Amino acid sequence: METSRRGTAGGAAAGSAHGAGHRHDHDHQAVPSDLTLRVKSLESLLVEKGLVDRAALDALVDAYENKIGPRNGARVVARAWTDPAYKQRLLTDANSAIAELGFSGQQGENMVVLENTPKVHNLVVCTLCSCYPWPVLGLPPVWYKSAPYRSRAVIDPRGVLNEFGTEIAEDIEVRVWDSTADLRYLVLPERPSGTEKLTEDELAALITRDSMIGVAKVAPPKSGG
Amino acid sequence: MNGIHDMGGMHGLGPIEAEKNEPVFHARWEGRVLALTFAMGATGKLGYFRYYLERIPAVDYLRMSYYEKWFAALVERLSLSGLVAREEIETGKRARGSPKATPALPASQVLQLIAPRARTQPQGGPSHFQAGQRVRARNIHPVGHTRLPRYARGRQGLIERDYGLFGFQDTDADGHPLGPKPQHVYSVRFAARELWGEQASPRDYLYVDLWEDYLEPA
Repeated sequence: METSRRGTAGGAAAGSAHGAGHRHDHDHQAVPSDLTLRVKSLESLLVEKGLVDRAALDALVDAYENKIGPRNGARVVARAWTDPAYKQRLLTDANSAIAELGFSGQQGENMVVLENTPKVHNLVVCTLCSCYPWPVLGLPPVWYKSAPYRSRAVIDPRGVLNEFGTEIAEDIEVRVWDSTADLRYLVLPERPSGTEKLTEDELAALITRDSMIGVAKVAPPKSGG
Repeated sequence: MNGIHDMGGMHGLGPIEAEKNEPVFHARWEGRVLALTFAMGATGKLGYFRYYLERIPAVDYLRMSYYEKWFAALVERLSLSGLVAREEIETGKRARGSPKATPALPASQVLQLIAPRARTQPQGGPSHFQAGQRVRARNIHPVGHTRLPRYARGRQGLIERDYGLFGFQDTDADGHPLGPKPQHVYSVRFAARELWGEQASPRDYLYVDLWEDYLEPA
């Protein structure tokens, strides 16, 4: 099945909504063009009424599209991997430690960093909506906001991890963090072996968004690289 | 409310479909909806966002994409705010004689909105629970917005940590805030088996952030 790009509940729900034999991708073409018009119409109306500054909208979209994203979180993790004193500050007072690197703001006012170890694996979810640490990871991907992940991460975390290709040995404790209040969680993944000689920048390039949500581990660098 | 949005532990919602190299927005309108939501939120006159997301009928909630839901909630909140008439939204035209406003969020203030200074801790009472204490999440079923997920209700866990004071975010059935009544929020550690029974791994735990009003001693 093609990727559910816009976060429907998945094949089953989309199928039942449209009847047997109605292809999922049909829906993908019909809905957005209508929304394009409706959103454009609302924006024009609000601008005309003086309620909205179009330049402010442009600036907001630009910030979340180009400036705020998982590269920020990767800088935090890479620093923690290379600077033990920073890591200690990060684990005890995440807000200040993250702000040291220049990252702060909306949906990241109350940060908590969760350290993965050889004995503990952390996984972050928001079952009620889509809470996510924006200043360090940007806006969440569709799968994180979708019904399949939100429903299953809490009842079957190991199955979910498996689907992401992440094997967690039976004797490792899995901790699932449901972001139900104002705290926002960032996973500090384990530093892979074979990275002892890498610089902080090289390490940051290895660190993926998924590893900071906890659905993946950081893969060691490809040999010869 | 016991709505479809409270989906922790449900089965049958399909496979997780992760997209490789996913763009931040899949279409231009998605970014505009996010920006409009923030810009209009700055007026301080819109109803509580999550309440209106949760009022979307369950069949629509599952069918709609993320930003479609945001758009539906925005339209509803605008209509109820008095800032925009429903007729204006339907026709896309400003009603004759309606007053011309000044944008609550000028472009010069966008960065301040995105990256505000650290929040000020609200004032409130002392904590009633301590780390290590056994508690039970209350078995309540409020009809308004609540941040106590169904799967934790009536279950026992241990206070892991006191995060300090936060405004209460629940609403009544009509979306009016019951707060702020600031109170302590705790990380509560539940054994996976306490929540899901023998099928869960004995090694796994769930950490849920819960306001004091949701908890009782166990």
